[in-house]
Amino acid sequence: MNIEHLTTMVNDISHYFAAEPDHDAAVQGIADHLRKFWDPVMRKQILAHLEAGGEGLEPLSREAVERLGVMQKSEAAA
Amino acid sequence: MLSIVEIDRGTPKATSKKTVSLDIDGRTVTVPEGTSVMRAAAQAGIHIPKLCATEMVDAFGSCRLCLVEIEGRKGYPASCTTPVAEGMKVVTQNEKLGHLRRGVMELYISDHPLDCLTCPANGHCELQDMAGVVGLREVRYGYDGENHVYAQTKDGEANPRFVAKDESNPYFAFDPSKCIVCSRCVRACDEVQGTFALTIQGRGFDSKVAASQDDRFLDSECVSCGACVQACPTATLSEKSLIDKGQAEHSVVTTCAYCGVGCSFRAEMKGEDIVRMVPDMDGKANHGHSCVKGRFAIGYATHPDRITTPMIREKITDPWRVVSWEQAIDHVASEFKRIQKQHGKFAVGGITSSRCTNEETYLVQKLVRAAFGNNNVDTCARVCHSPTGYGLKSTLGESAGTQDFDSIEQTDVVLVMGSNPTDAHPVFGSKMKQRLRQGAKLIVIDPRGIDLVRTPHVQADFHLKLRPGTNVAMLNALAHVIVTEGLVDEAFVAERCEKAAFDKWRAFIAEERNSPEAQAAELGVPAEQVRGAARLYATGGNAAIYYGLGVTEHAQGSTAVMGIANLAMATGNLGREGVGVNPMRGQNNVQGSCDMGSFPHEFPGYRHVGDAEVRADFENAWGVPLHDEPGLRIPNMFEAALDGSFLGLYVEGEDIAQSDPNTQHVTAALQAMECIVVQDLFLNETAKYAHVFLPGTSFLEKDGTFTNAERRVSRVRKVMEPRCRYADWEVTQLLSNAMGYPMHYAHPSEIMDEIARLTPTFTNMSFDKIDQLGSVQWPCNDEHPDGTPVMHVGEFVRGQGRFMLTEYVPTSEKVNAKHPLILTTGRILSQYNVGAQTRRTANVMWHDEDLLEIHPHDADERGIRDGDWVGIESRAGDTVLRAKIAERMQPGVVYTTFHFPGSGANVITTENSDWATNCPEYKVTAVQVTRVEQPSAWQQRHEAFSERQRELLEQSRHAAADAP
Repeated sequence: MNIEHLTTMVNDISHYFAAEPDHDAAVQGIADHLRKFWDPVMRKQILAHLEAGGEGLEPLSREAVERLGVMQKSEAAA
Repeated sequence: MLSIVEIDRGTPKATSKKTVSLDIDGRTVTVPEGTSVMRAAAQAGIHIPKLCATEMVDAFGSCRLCLVEIEGRKGYPASCTTPVAEGMKVVTQNEKLGHLRRGVMELYISDHPLDCLTCPANGHCELQDMAGVVGLREVRYGYDGENHVYAQTKDGEANPRFVAKDESNPYFAFDPSKCIVCSRCVRACDEVQGTFALTIQGRGFDSKVAASQDDRFLDSECVSCGACVQACPTATLSEKSLIDKGQAEHSVVTTCAYCGVGCSFRAEMKGEDIVRMVPDMDGKANHGHSCVKGRFAIGYATHPDRITTPMIREKITDPWRVVSWEQAIDHVASEFKRIQKQHGKFAVGGITSSRCTNEETYLVQKLVRAAFGNNNVDTCARVCHSPTGYGLKSTLGESAGTQDFDSIEQTDVVLVMGSNPTDAHPVFGSKMKQRLRQGAKLIVIDPRGIDLVRTPHVQADFHLKLRPGTNVAMLNALAHVIVTEGLVDEAFVAERCEKAAFDKWRAFIAEERNSPEAQAAELGVPAEQVRGAARLYATGGNAAIYYGLGVTEHAQGSTAVMGIANLAMATGNLGREGVGVNPMRGQNNVQGSCDMGSFPHEFPGYRHVGDAEVRADFENAWGVPLHDEPGLRIPNMFEAALDGSFLGLYVEGEDIAQSDPNTQHVTAALQAMECIVVQDLFLNETAKYAHVFLPGTSFLEKDGTFTNAERRVSRVRKVMEPRCRYADWEVTQLLSNAMGYPMHYAHPSEIMDEIARLTPTFTNMSFDKIDQLGSVQWPCNDEHPDGTPVMHVGEFVRGQGRFMLTEYVPTSEKVNAKHPLILTTGRILSQYNVGAQTRRTANVMWHDEDLLEIHPHDADERGIRDGDWVGIESRAGDTVLRAKIAERMQPGVVYTTFHFPGSGANVITTENSDWATNCPEYKVTAVQVTRVEQPSAWQQRHEAFSERQRELLEQSRHAAADAP
């Protein structure tokens, strides 16, 4: 899928969570949202995009996608 | 003419809980206090003669036919205007009363034509009935005197009192020669519809009914709701269909297939032919009222454009080939299996419809999940109310409105945001206006001056005319006032809401940057007005919020919905009658399609596919393993199609090529797919890109249920056989069987039984229950065996209410030098959604093209005059419409509707979407508007393409006709 669109979508989500005063809760909120509502292929693509440098991902989005990767790895391991 | 089966008790039902007993003709009758003598008598089975009285409207007491004698009272009071009293003794018939009544009837008949045998009302004329009931045997005055009946006097001169028939309205005729000036039409227009288009003009014998300033009906303010036609006791106002066809012989209760109000109708039939639709007095959503669409615009169901045979083709440039159902279904199954074999099981999906029944929607998502083996199912709520689902679930715990419509009768402050009820939800709009005329206060938050802002006997106390895209800033400013001025309902919040979340929200919202003063420039609304509105909402008594797509279809749609829920929680306006949060649903079954598990991440009842326990329930019931990951949303499907990974799509009753944003992106995606199956009544825009067309059925041709905006599940009943042999649910079932996943439902009631078994909020729901109660609002389970009019009483569905942070994030869609105006979109009264239905009815007489509304200042700057062709260009595309200069617009904002495919309104809208749900930002697109001389390049291509598709359809029809 168009990676620019996926990037914009993650950034849109982080703009909502940016108001959360607890930084960790914001990162987790975004990661959970992606986990809950995004098709696995889309998640795979955004993770690959991050791997490749993550152009366009804002700092909070970047952290959240990283967190998503960690979550998925631990799920896979479980 | 009233319904052929309803019994009219003459005056509206009284609501008092206190009862009164009286004696009528020797029978003891007990009725609620405030009941009229007429209605009390009717309850005892005594039908007092009447003409000007009907339970549609308040008693008027003008015809003097319903006179009675009451012991101890002087004279002969009218039973319609006399309320019952304890111990009252009433005589409804004696010699004197009979004499008086005959005298009244004699006068009426002396000025009425005697063409009963050829009159359209013959058989159900109340005047004729009353003449019979009172025993009128002669008219001593003769018929030659002054009258309104004949065009000429007996001397052959023109009769100045005679007014010719007005047939200007496409749906009903007005024949003043048959009028008895009972005022029922005038009162129905005032009290029921609230338009005040009709009046009694003149006095005494000169009195006559007039529309507006004695205009033709079509040219008047009349909105063609038909309340006057229903109220008319004679043939003065008659449906043209009744005039053409004669009286109906049976009547079937069903539910309207237009907007989310979900009006109950009686389809009055002769055999399989509909004579007329009459709104059901017992209908709990509409109480006997309707709008022009539901009552009159049903001709599409029998329109010659209906396609009733399956068709297939290899490529979209090929002519259609008419095939048998078996061939069509086998073809789809083999194509979907081929695609899944070649490209994996996730390469196909389905789209359910908000226009189809709950049972049909449920089957499509079941087909996708169980037969396709993935979760690639979505619905058109994606593009309208998906933020409602997300926002209300997060805060209150359930993805639905909190009230029933009748709740507004207890409301003191009505807050309408991004919703235009008098156009989009007209029957509820009328109910809202009734309450406002009784004195409820009104706050309107809308960039446009919608009709509700100022309408007869209604004036908004506040109209916050904000700039499009600033809803969240507005909601935050309102909340800021409530929090900082000490208007929070602390007791409610402490008892009912999560403390930590509330404290966090309170600190956030109290920040100065959220104040009306800080946001005034952004909002374009003076801070004092925002403060005034917030104070009124918080302190004016029961306050209820009604909102629509003007809230959801934004980049921050979900945030705004949460902001609305926050406001209601902070002021304690939840959990009882008269308050609440009410999403106005666009289509008839938006609520139902969402409830039935149409979203790619959740099963019926809004339960996530990742929930192992829930999934196990469905796996056990359906007998197959189910995928545990969310599937593709509609816009994701398009993207995946362009990637080459999504190639087969089953679309039931949706027109994504017209209704979804950025049309050129959508059609490119459709062209990239290998097998698009469209199931619809007509060859719609999407079908022009389809490889298989499966004919659909209208709501008149099948059984099922619709769920309206108040969670009310009502029956849809088959009144005629499917024109194409199968109802839509049967087609899905055939397809599933062909795909190798067996389905064997014999009737939609069996599907509802399965839904009830698998969905905790539907546990006690069944067709029998709905038939028994008329309609049922979910949750309907052991806790609420007869349904739930008001939700969150005592406790929120999620336990404690959760305040959510609602940071205002301005949309990235910004005006600039190239695109200096904001385009916002909406709908109008006479047309519906993509117009597939209403464009095929006489409703086009009110609206036959989409127009661009523009403020005089913006028009002036561009040299645009009313009616000029104007080009509208955004970063996504451009189109051409005619301009309409409109004061109700604010400078800088233009508006159009999207009812006609050639308008290309969605060629301009962009791919911007709500952060949480990807609901498109239809309401904000930066555009430039210029005068032009010809249609846009897209429109010219669209016209050529549509013409070509029409030819391909014609070729198939000819081939079918020529076949032996």
